[in-house]
Amino acid sequence: MSQLEPEAESNHQACDQARPEPSLIPVDKLAALEAVLFMAAEPLAGAEIAEILDITPVEAEALAGQLAAQYEGRGLQLSRIAGGYQVCTRAEYGPYVAKLHQPERFRLSRAALETLAIVAYRQPVTRPEIDAIRGVNSDSPLDTLLQYQLISEAGRKEAPGRPIMYCTTENFLGHFGLDSVADLPQLDALPADQSQADPEERPAA
Amino acid sequence: MIAPEITAQSTAAHLTAPPDRVFTGHPVRLPLFEGPLDLLLYLIEREEIVIFDIPIEHITSQYLEYLASLESLNIEVAGEFLVMAAQLLEIKSRMLLPQDQRPEEDEEEAGDPRAALVARLMEYRRYKAVAEELRARAELQRFVFSRGELTNGNGHHDQAYLMLNEVSTFDLWAAFQSLLSRARETPTGEVVRPRFTVAQKMAAIAARVRWCEDGIRFLDLFDEQATLIELIVTFLALLELIRLRRVRVAQQRLLGEIRVYPVKASEEACPAGE
Repeated sequence: MSQLEPEAESNHQACDQARPEPSLIPVDKLAALEAVLFMAAEPLAGAEIAEILDITPVEAEALAGQLAAQYEGRGLQLSRIAGGYQVCTRAEYGPYVAKLHQPERFRLSRAALETLAIVAYRQPVTRPEIDAIRGVNSDSPLDTLLQYQLISEAGRKEAPGRPIMYCTTENFLGHFGLDSVADLPQLDALPADQSQADPEERPAA
Repeated sequence: MIAPEITAQSTAAHLTAPPDRVFTGHPVRLPLFEGPLDLLLYLIEREEIVIFDIPIEHITSQYLEYLASLESLNIEVAGEFLVMAAQLLEIKSRMLLPQDQRPEEDEEEAGDPRAALVARLMEYRRYKAVAEELRARAELQRFVFSRGELTNGNGHHDQAYLMLNEVSTFDLWAAFQSLLSRARETPTGEVVRPRFTVAQKMAAIAARVRWCEDGIRFLDLFDEQATLIELIVTFLALLELIRLRRVRVAQQRLLGEIRVYPVKASEEACPAGE
């Protein structure tokens, strides 16, 4: 690690201008952040980092930015997942990591992916609404998504039959490496023959 | 996603699709579709048709041909496919009517009978495209690892989810059998053998008899719950007490009740049990 110190210093300097009160952050807080994130099992929110390191949330965000910059070109990356920060390996080195350690991964069927896409963009959404868009019964893919905890129930709609509404979970964001549903690809980015894109069908920020 | 196919041949046997979308349970390869909209979109793309101007008659015949090929293979066709077939035929019949004679109960469909179908197709196509993007994202994310997975995803600590559909009824049966066999095992543990000594029983009998001038029943000396060994030890103790002249036993009449009496120090001279 010692050969990294000069680089850390220079990055630290570079980010100093962006932060409100740079002198309040000792350099070792950056190392502390790295240590904490290394051991964190779940993504840590800026507020959590601030509490752990005894700094302000603004400083925590700035430190995270510095760490992310230091990880450029390294095997690790600092990702924003589900509203928090997480240290993870870069996808290009995944095949090597997989030789060492293979966590359980699952692949979703096309039906499940279609159903999940509809839930993600139209949440909260009911089963009949999903069926109407897909043109087929979606019971089975919905059950799969519920079992993988990619979606969860979100109350009942005040409509005939009071159908259950579904929305996506933090697990969903983690599975697709998303910070929030606002990071989903734009729904109306389609060929020109689509002139009547519904503006309200954008994921809620 | 779908291999572009420009051939004009339309028999179902010529329908092609990437291998992962082909139903392989039968010798004939047929593309599988998620639903009637998926199938229609496939036909439209294959025929390079503009979605806003679908030649409904052509598409309907293609659609029905596909369903017929499924049925010829004894593949059960989902009800949704049949509903769509009926809708296509209805649109087709409306298209045949002159503009001014079309039924106008539906204001929305007063114009083009195909409008509602086109809107549904386009909406479905949007989500289908996004689903494909999500799939690509997930594929990339498969190779991103974090330390949290060491405790969560690796199944060593808490299992995050339980896939019931991956458990067969045989698994459940086997699990239950092992549960039953475990329940049948006799609980193991140290069995403590009750220990009685003649001396203990002598002391116990002497204490019970001591203040009973009228004596106590012979049978009362023996606990009903007592084990065989306890009964024997008690009887030996009684015999020993009699030998030592600490108690005496008496029977008032032939085959009558035997009673045990204390022996006072003064009475010691008297012989026990006449």
